[in-house]
Amino acid sequence: MLIATSAALFALGLLGVIVRRNVLVMLMCMELMLNGVSLSLVTFAQQTASAAGAVLVFLIFVVAAAEIAIAIPIVLLLVRRKNVLDLDAYTDLKG
Amino acid sequence: MIETLLLWLFAGTALVAAVLMLVLRHPMRVALALTATMLSLAGVYAMLGVHVIAVFQVLIYVGAVMVFMVYAIMLLDVRDRSFTRRFSSLLLPGIAAALLFLAILAHGLWQALPEPTGAAGGTLFGLKRFSAEFLNDYWLHFELVSVLLVAAVVAALAILEVGRRLRG
Repeated sequence: MLIATSAALFALGLLGVIVRRNVLVMLMCMELMLNGVSLSLVTFAQQTASAAGAVLVFLIFVVAAAEIAIAIPIVLLLVRRKNVLDLDAYTDLKG
Repeated sequence: MIETLLLWLFAGTALVAAVLMLVLRHPMRVALALTATMLSLAGVYAMLGVHVIAVFQVLIYVGAVMVFMVYAIMLLDVRDRSFTRRFSSLLLPGIAAALLFLAILAHGLWQALPEPTGAAGGTLFGLKRFSAEFLNDYWLHFELVSVLLVAAVVAALAILEVGRRLRG
């Protein structure tokens, strides 16, 4: 059942990334997806009583911290340029 | 018994807060809902007996990542179209795609998973065993991830430098 919970968390995060407009909210939904994955890893680690899953979760924490440390400056620069948080405003690369 | 009850309570709170993240309007409230999700997940980890991960979840996610996020929301308090219209035009296709994805995931998991055996409560592995296994067997991953962290810091500095140059 915890695996089902983690799958639901991942799907909710994916839905948030697709559906919401706000850049910061989309970033937070990506964090939610990472949390769903780490819940499944912890559940597997508990079921198999091995430390590998827990180690992987620890590495995911570091990756999430690195991701947010790069994403936030990018968002800051984007918003300073256009003063909009709506992702639909950033269509500069659209052909 | 009480452990199982608490486990489901924490898991349910995490799911409810995750749904709230999708429907709330203000980014700060979304951040608070995400913090609630992370704290309840920490509770789930503690109930599963993986206390090390529960502590790190609170310290790193709630303590570092979410505080950073909240600062960014404070800096970028822009009330634009994303505030009045929460959802993009992809709302219905997005819901359909997420449901389809969840169905495929559930179908795959249903066939692949063995019967769950572990019960809630009790310490599975403490800090001692986790640290010993981590630094004995996975020291290379530890070093690689520290390299990744250094690269991320350098990249963040480089991004800010580019922004400064663009503004002149």
